[in-house]
Amino acid sequence: MNTELLKGNLVRLGAFDPEIAADLFARWNADSEYQRLLDWEPALRFSKKASREWLEKNMDKYFEHAFLIRTLEDDRPIGEISLSVVCWNWGDAYVGIGLGERADWGKGYGTDAMQIILRYAFMELDLHRVSLDVFEYNLRGIRSYEKCGFVVEGRERALLQRDGRRWDVIYMGILKEDWLKQPHPA
Amino acid sequence: MSIAIPLFETDHICLGPIDYEKDPEVQARWSNDAEFMRMMYAEPMRPLSTWHIKKKYEEIEKSMDEERTRFFFHVRLRSEERLIGLAELHSISWSNRIGSVRLGIGLPEDRHKGYGSEILSLLLQYAFRELNLYRLRAEVPAYNSGGLALFHKFGFIDEVRRREAAYRDGRCWDVLHLGLLCDEWQRMQK
Repeated sequence: MNTELLKGNLVRLGAFDPEIAADLFARWNADSEYQRLLDWEPALRFSKKASREWLEKNMDKYFEHAFLIRTLEDDRPIGEISLSVVCWNWGDAYVGIGLGERADWGKGYGTDAMQIILRYAFMELDLHRVSLDVFEYNLRGIRSYEKCGFVVEGRERALLQRDGRRWDVIYMGILKEDWLKQPHPA
Repeated sequence: MSIAIPLFETDHICLGPIDYEKDPEVQARWSNDAEFMRMMYAEPMRPLSTWHIKKKYEEIEKSMDEERTRFFFHVRLRSEERLIGLAELHSISWSNRIGSVRLGIGLPEDRHKGYGSEILSLLLQYAFRELNLYRLRAEVPAYNSGGLALFHKFGFIDEVRRREAAYRDGRCWDVLHLGLLCDEWQRMQK
């Protein structure tokens, strides 16, 4: 049995504490590019107080399987990752990930965190597949997801309106059987 | 040009609000029909009491009022004022001018009579002419061939195929995402 289920090569997935997350979100959301990679709603700023209250209220709804991503090197929280189960009887969940600290982009932390949560999805939650959607302008994200074994399953045309033009949203998915064939199963 | 086009009615059906007196009993009966429940909802099917249904209605009306991202209708047959189905535009993002559409007809004997087409034509008109959306999407499991045929008839295009994302009767089914842009819809109007 794997006793290091939530530990990767560069990061680990730690508890999602609404108090800590509220402080982090308030800082990360100052970066509008971060928000526009993460969400299709307009970028906006909330106080720490409002963020904490919202997180506490929605903890069960949106953050049942949410984690803070921490570096193994110094245990710094650098992002968040979560699974939202669409419905248990279908064994499908959407994964969402955000790295809030710009200095930590492009270092493999996100890919490492994604590989951990896939192991969690398949080996602990026993899901059949994991889905995600990613905006077509998020090339770094798409590359990272492909590295983890996600396959493009289609694109919704012209879903986003940003900076005066429409953008597609790309859907990707990974099946448990394909994940098991990868060289690093638990 | 006129703004007098009827938004809520066709020859046979009309879109209206919930009737808290009469509708719970009707919909509670529908909930015993596995075909209706499995076409309409992803959750495991189970019969619902009128109490469950009323609670659902209250949640729907609360979210319609608070979030303003959902437009939910009860579909009635105009000749009998009888509830025959459900229709809604939901998950609207106003800054992107997008939304999703779903509908269902409760009783087997009311299906295959063209009511679905009349409902969808009203929903599309409402989405594109009243809400001014840029595009609409629908999510349909591959086992719902009637639903897929209806959306295709109205010009929806298959955009995404989430492999094996649904599970019924011991096997997996793909889930399709379909999309229709306002200008594609516009070109199909005579």
